[in-house]
Amino acid sequence: MNKITNEKITDMKVRYKSGVLKYRQMGYWEPDYVPKDTDILAVFRITPQDGVDPIEAAAAVAGESSTATWTVVWTDRLTDSEYYRAKAYRVDPVPGTEGQWFAYIAYDLDLFEEGSIANLTASIIGNVFGFKPLKALRLEDMRIPAHYLKTFQGPATGIVVERERMNCFGRPLLGATMKPKLGLSGRNYGRVVYEALRGGLDFTKDDENINSQPFMHWRDRFLYCMEAVNKAQAETGEIKGTYLNVTAATMEEMYERAEFAKSLGSIIVMIDLVIGYTAIQSMAKWARRNDMILHLHRAGHSTYTRQKNHGVSFRVIAKWMRMAGVDHIHAGTVVGKLEGDPRVVAGIYDTCRETFVPKNLEHGIFFDQPWASLKKMMPVASGGIHAGQMHQLIDHLGEDVVLQFGGGTIGHPMGIESGAIANRVALECMIKARNEGRDIVREGPEILLAAAKWCTPLRAALDTWRDVTFDYASTDSVDYVPTPTASA
Amino acid sequence: MRLTQGQFSFLPDLTDSEISLQIDYALSQGWAIGIEYTNDPHPRNTYWTMWGTPMFDLKDAAGIMMELTACRKARKNTYIKLVAFDANKGFESVRMSFLTNRPDVEPGFELVRTEGPGRQVGYTIRSYATEKPDEHRYEAR
Repeated sequence: MNKITNEKITDMKVRYKSGVLKYRQMGYWEPDYVPKDTDILAVFRITPQDGVDPIEAAAAVAGESSTATWTVVWTDRLTDSEYYRAKAYRVDPVPGTEGQWFAYIAYDLDLFEEGSIANLTASIIGNVFGFKPLKALRLEDMRIPAHYLKTFQGPATGIVVERERMNCFGRPLLGATMKPKLGLSGRNYGRVVYEALRGGLDFTKDDENINSQPFMHWRDRFLYCMEAVNKAQAETGEIKGTYLNVTAATMEEMYERAEFAKSLGSIIVMIDLVIGYTAIQSMAKWARRNDMILHLHRAGHSTYTRQKNHGVSFRVIAKWMRMAGVDHIHAGTVVGKLEGDPRVVAGIYDTCRETFVPKNLEHGIFFDQPWASLKKMMPVASGGIHAGQMHQLIDHLGEDVVLQFGGGTIGHPMGIESGAIANRVALECMIKARNEGRDIVREGPEILLAAAKWCTPLRAALDTWRDVTFDYASTDSVDYVPTPTASA
Repeated sequence: MRLTQGQFSFLPDLTDSEISLQIDYALSQGWAIGIEYTNDPHPRNTYWTMWGTPMFDLKDAAGIMMELTACRKARKNTYIKLVAFDANKGFESVRMSFLTNRPDVEPGFELVRTEGPGRQVGYTIRSYATEKPDEHRYEAR
């Protein structure tokens, strides 16, 4: 390949002669570019087709996700095209992985409509993922400048206000997803909600696919669930909530369900990721207007987040969802049944909860990310977790998290209420021990056993699930590992 | 009933030395600690009466334990809780809250149902404790 032909063409006659140029000749590769504070930055993992130069591939991604098309067009000359072109400015080989590169691309703020995830994503992940010269493409991380963040509402409620409304401080919140996922009548379903809340959980939850099916229509579910919530509140003196899933086929239908939930006094409603970014933003606005906590179930995400070489990493989805304005997001458990490398999950939890997230390649965070006072989003750990893992859960996930034990509550041998008691006792004794300065990672099992001496439901939970672990290698992991230094 | 508000209500009531350890933890985080009490622990009764203002810049738990003892003596048979306040950006809210005292008998709550159209029921939670006026309510603090 002749080096000259790779250079950006500056002679306008040559540059705009009809025909096809390389993307880097068109100006989409700018190795000397210094990103502006206002730029939106993205890092993609690119896997070029055999024989495709990684720099040309990076330039192509920049081009196809901003102004370019496959051939030269004279109408570029009617615009300040230099300004609108996205610029690939750095390409690094992926450590330890042949044939893959990290491509850094800068986008000017003016390429995007304010406050619109739909517009942002239509550019960044719009056409480019099907581009033929690439075998695969993955959006690994983004840096959203404060200037752009401030055009978004952010979480309707946020962690701090959610806790104030719940009157619940200093410990993770506890929840459970109602099981079986499908088939319970409204009356039977409300029974499960009541037992779990009365037993000591803060929240119960509809599953992602509970909408309004023949076995239980939504109004019926809402009415029975709210009776359960109110009864449990009166019996415990605590604020309780049940995530009423308002996911439906149209916005009109979702608004109707959400309004009904509000009229019944629910403090929280729920949506699924599959309703789409615009619908999520609409519901976030509704939730802010109506003092409602908005729970998001990430239904469908694994179709594009799990495989490392293609798709969008979940840390980016979490970032978009914090901008879009949800309050709760399922973000991984580390120890449960679903995908979750500890360091990837740590990066995602930081993205949900911190006011500033520093660059940390070992957690998959490629850029410093200030959050410009957008509220904090509560991560939810759900899927195959149980009371016996309490010390590990608190160690990995911290305090601002909803721990959801679905099977771990409802599948308890002594019943649902006992399942809830076991989880709550395990949680409280572990927080108490942590605050007392004990090393819960090491002493966790004996702390649980000590509590199980006076708490039979905890004893039964430990006996039932003691040996249950989900020990599989993660598909999505980080590429940068801590390097031992000479002094270490 | 047993009111289960706060961080540790599912555990056996904390002893004074266990309370001190929790205070030590809050102080180690730089949080201020307040004492609050009520005889009406309705789940939405946000503003319990403050036993003085929250205590800032304390070095150890002794001062708070002294105030707690005084509060217990003056307000027998009420709910008392310790509340830790974090002034740091991003929080600026309560970080801990746990009960340190309960009345001998916890009266609990009535669930009042108001039946409406369309099978809707309005629910009101009413504290049995408020059936009689609070003897301390109009006292100077």
